[in-house]
Amino acid sequence: MENIVDPILEIKDVSISYDKNVTAVKNVSACVERNTITAIMGPSGCGKSTLLRAVNRMHELYKNITVTGEILLNGENILTRDPIEVRRNIGMVFQRPNPFPTMSIYDNVLAGYTLNGISLSKHKRDDLVEKCLRNVALWDEVKDVLNKRGTFLSGGQQQRLCIARSLALQPEILLMDEPTSALDPIATKHIEDLLVKLKKEVTILIVTHNMSQAMRISDRSMFMFLGELIEYDDTKRMFESPKDDRTRAYLTGQMG
Amino acid sequence: MKKDSNVKARIFKNNLLYVVVCVMSALTAIPLLAILGEVLVKGWQQLGWSFLTEATPNAFKAMMAAQKGEPIPGGIANGIVGTLMMLFTAAVVAIPVGILCGICLSEFRKNWFAKTVSYITDLLQGTPSIIIGIIVYIWVVVPMKGYSGFAGSVALFIMMLPLIIRSTEETMKILPESLKEAGLALGGNYWRVMLKVMLPASFGSIFTGILLAVSRVVGETAPLMFTALGGAVISYDLGRPMSAVPLMIWEFFNDPNLQDLIWGASLFLLTLVLCLNLLAKRIAKKWKI
Ligand SMILES: Nc1ncnc2c1ncn2[C@@H]1O[C@H](COP(=O)(O)OP(=O)(O)O)[C@@H](O)[C@H]1O
Ligand SMILES: [Mg+2]
Repeated sequence: MENIVDPILEIKDVSISYDKNVTAVKNVSACVERNTITAIMGPSGCGKSTLLRAVNRMHELYKNITVTGEILLNGENILTRDPIEVRRNIGMVFQRPNPFPTMSIYDNVLAGYTLNGISLSKHKRDDLVEKCLRNVALWDEVKDVLNKRGTFLSGGQQQRLCIARSLALQPEILLMDEPTSALDPIATKHIEDLLVKLKKEVTILIVTHNMSQAMRISDRSMFMFLGELIEYDDTKRMFESPKDDRTRAYLTGQMG
Repeated sequence: MKKDSNVKARIFKNNLLYVVVCVMSALTAIPLLAILGEVLVKGWQQLGWSFLTEATPNAFKAMMAAQKGEPIPGGIANGIVGTLMMLFTAAVVAIPVGILCGICLSEFRKNWFAKTVSYITDLLQGTPSIIIGIIVYIWVVVPMKGYSGFAGSVALFIMMLPLIIRSTEETMKILPESLKEAGLALGGNYWRVMLKVMLPASFGSIFTGILLAVSRVVGETAPLMFTALGGAVISYDLGRPMSAVPLMIWEFFNDPNLQDLIWGASLFLLTLVLCLNLLAKRIAKKWKI
């Protein structure tokens, strides 16, 4: 991928292995453009989640995983920085909506602050909650039930709440691992619209196994296969004229 | 036609099995109901305000009352105070230690040390209470040169600890990993995530576990015999011998003049345990997530 003007994230020769003998990601290098949506596609088990999770250093929670290479955020290697600071700057939304079950909707939005031990004035908190929930188009639906538990909401609403929770910390990058695969088509559409709107504020890296979703929302796409980054291009160009045979096979549905 | 009779036979078998199951469950309920009935019938007249607020009568007073045909004066207040104080002391230490330990065991479940500790917890849970009593006697009563409520608390603490560890560990283990990851992904540090996300999410079941642990040890007699010993007056001093409701039942049994009090004390203890269990059930239901 050549025409990166303003890279926010540079992945340099990253390899990730589970238990030494299983290498899930092999020598991946890529640059991500600021304020874009970049989709990561590929058949299941090709290492999409593994690569994504390296970016906010989730792998460090497990002893058996080793990550090599460099991941630069604004030119600084995040693999050697304080993981807590990195995670504050790089939000993550998971496959299944996972609002904190014992917290209210209000507290869920603010959870990032609570968990970082940052206290805000009541006024600031109210403002922030409203702003974030408006940002994910959830405010009108929940403004009267802010004290209810987040788990009372529908799946799609929960996922938007989780996005709001990540955005509250004003991250530079939002990582999303198949964020709509557990949702119905209407909720999915809702979130897709949202993401397109949000890319003005935050760079989005989204794993999806749904090609039409990548087509609809992403500016650039990566295609991974068996742990390797096979192709990385403008989404439109990749869908129209894939360079690699494996990409073509995948895009035309000849591969799982 | 043949098919039809086949179905009938199956329905019959089904019904038969249903009846058998019902009879079997009724059979298991019989001992419980019999115990409850017996204790209730014999104990309820004694249960009154003075029974709960006054200390054990001495043998002489009890004998005089018996001779006059009056009910025995006094009650089990010294036992109630002792039970509550020792339970409270034991719980105050066992709850935080047990929860912390449970969290560690669940977090480091693959670690050999955690596995060993987990195994030891099982052993401790299965240790006969009388052995715990005698061990605490050697460890606490002998060096402190005397029986005390404190020693009793230590014995109860040792009995409660594995129960709390186990229930915390099991609860934490079934929480989805993604919950912890979500907390950490927001930049939370490890212990904050544990305290603000994981622990609240499992609070209901942990609390239930604590109540069940309390109700398990509240009736323990053997470990208290070697440690708290017992006492005839209401005492709030953990440094001195202390009574407890189950200990009193044993004392009443051994004193012919006081035997009438056995049933009141038993009813009290049984009610306490039942209430704790019911409460635990309700909380478990209410806090389910
Ligand atoms: N916790 C794990 N332990 C061992 N191997 C794993 C683990 N998670 C994933 N893998 C392996 O790593 C590879 C990539 O997995 P993943 O990144 O989850 O794929 P994707 O998200 O593209 O479906 C797979 O072959 C999978 O078997
Ligand atoms: Mg995946």
